[in-house]
Amino acid sequence: MHFLRGVGIIGSRTPGPHTAPTLPPAFSPTDTLFVLISTALVLLMTPALALFYGGLVRAKSILNTMMMSLVAVGVVGVLWASLGYSLAFAPGAEALGGLGHVFMAGIDLELRPGTTLPHLLYFAYQGTFAIITVALISGAIVERMRFAAYLLFLAAWTLIVYSPVAHWVWGGGWMGRLGVLDFAGGTVVHITAGTAAWVAALKVGPRLDHGRQAFLPHNVPMMLTGAALLWFGWVGFNGGSALAVNGIAVQATVNTLLAPMAAMMMWMVIELWRTGRATAVGAGTALVVGLVAITPACGFVSPRAALAIGALAAIPCHFAIVYRARTRLDDSLDVLGAHGTGGVVGALLTGVVTSTAWNGPAGLLDGSVRQLGLQALGVVATIAYTAIATWGILTLIGMVTPLRVSARDEAGGVDVGEHGEEGYSDGEGAILVLQKSA
Amino acid sequence: MKLVVAIIRPERLTAVLESLYRADVRGLTVSKVQGHGGETEHVETYRGMTVKMDLQAKVRLEIGVSESFVQPTIDAIVKGARTGDVGDGKIFVLPVERIVRIRTGEEDVKAVTPEVPQPE
Repeated sequence: MHFLRGVGIIGSRTPGPHTAPTLPPAFSPTDTLFVLISTALVLLMTPALALFYGGLVRAKSILNTMMMSLVAVGVVGVLWASLGYSLAFAPGAEALGGLGHVFMAGIDLELRPGTTLPHLLYFAYQGTFAIITVALISGAIVERMRFAAYLLFLAAWTLIVYSPVAHWVWGGGWMGRLGVLDFAGGTVVHITAGTAAWVAALKVGPRLDHGRQAFLPHNVPMMLTGAALLWFGWVGFNGGSALAVNGIAVQATVNTLLAPMAAMMMWMVIELWRTGRATAVGAGTALVVGLVAITPACGFVSPRAALAIGALAAIPCHFAIVYRARTRLDDSLDVLGAHGTGGVVGALLTGVVTSTAWNGPAGLLDGSVRQLGLQALGVVATIAYTAIATWGILTLIGMVTPLRVSARDEAGGVDVGEHGEEGYSDGEGAILVLQKSA
Repeated sequence: MKLVVAIIRPERLTAVLESLYRADVRGLTVSKVQGHGGETEHVETYRGMTVKMDLQAKVRLEIGVSESFVQPTIDAIVKGARTGDVGDGKIFVLPVERIVRIRTGEEDVKAVTPEVPQPE
């Protein structure tokens, strides 16, 4: 039971019936309040992603698609508390954290070293990042993956990919020590999710009739609502990553507004130029692309540079998505095109525009090639590790249990096949089955 | 002249349209319908309430054809719609008294013969 003692639930702290947990004197009330709110904001991003993805699939798959995002809150959250946080943030080796915080051992209201925040809050804030990252991957395998196999994948991927990479960058691992910049998770969150999505789409295979039939979004307004809520939550994701109410938090927050604005403009210009029409799905996608690209950079670059990053990121992402649609790769909701490509562009541009006047080291524009080289190293290492590990995880799961639903369940819709529910049932022809009383 | 009415699985519609196109059958009407044949119904659960879904979503095709196209049309539908499981659907062939093409007033076989675009 000693692991419960640390959080003051059981045992040694103070005997007596009603002992309220107390914060240490050195904690900062403003910083703590800020990160408490940011934690709620980042948590909102996962249901927002469920709306975003849910609107983009066909009506017969909406529940399964939304569940794939939502279920990460439960599965990844519990794993984070039991093992994931420790592997990422407990003192350990260069490649992986230790076991010091297994089952939240030693995570209490004392300050997290290097911050003015209670350790418990830092742990929760980081947990919301792990949850959204794993949920992002589901966009590549919607409408066809077995739910049970997906749950196994979620669990394994959190521990085998997310925790180590988070450790490399933020937990005292080799990337952070070398000086690879990733303010809020461009590499840890978006490059890992984009790469894993690519591998998962290959392993699970395309949907039936992919390449013959157009799979249209069934509810674009829902997708746009999701995009809006993602943006709202992202303010806590990027701004909150300053972990304190200070100039960097203001800089990161404003940059998180500017980059998606520029990305949306650029995306619409490209669409107007190529087809004469600016699309709603395109605008919603562009917002996310701008947010992804500014994520690694937001605490190291000037607001002007943030506008440039947003606008520049829109170009390769737009063409990556257009090109993907012409291939056999059924990365159904373009996780690779938006998050993978946007993450890589953001990570590299961080090395170009990072500025000593804005909390960063010298970038390429300041005449230093070193940072760009480090960023490229971080990108290559993350892609290589994530691709190999994701491939391995899915191969092993595929040996134990099928990854795909049957062709018949896929044709009838994964909602009915996997969950026994429909998103939009009118109840016609539904006959109530009376259960035998137990 | 016959009216071919087919009830098929919604997810086979693309395949059926493709095989009809290959068989040079043009001009058809598609509607979404509900119904049930001999297939086993599926069960859904909502907060402990278990329901048996008796009606399945189906697609109905209606195609007016001249005699020589009846068999090719049937063959194309069967080719596209068959999965081998119960619930693949039915094809009904009905006699037709009269057909009028609204645009020109052409009647019967002429009305169901697609016009070949004239070279300019």
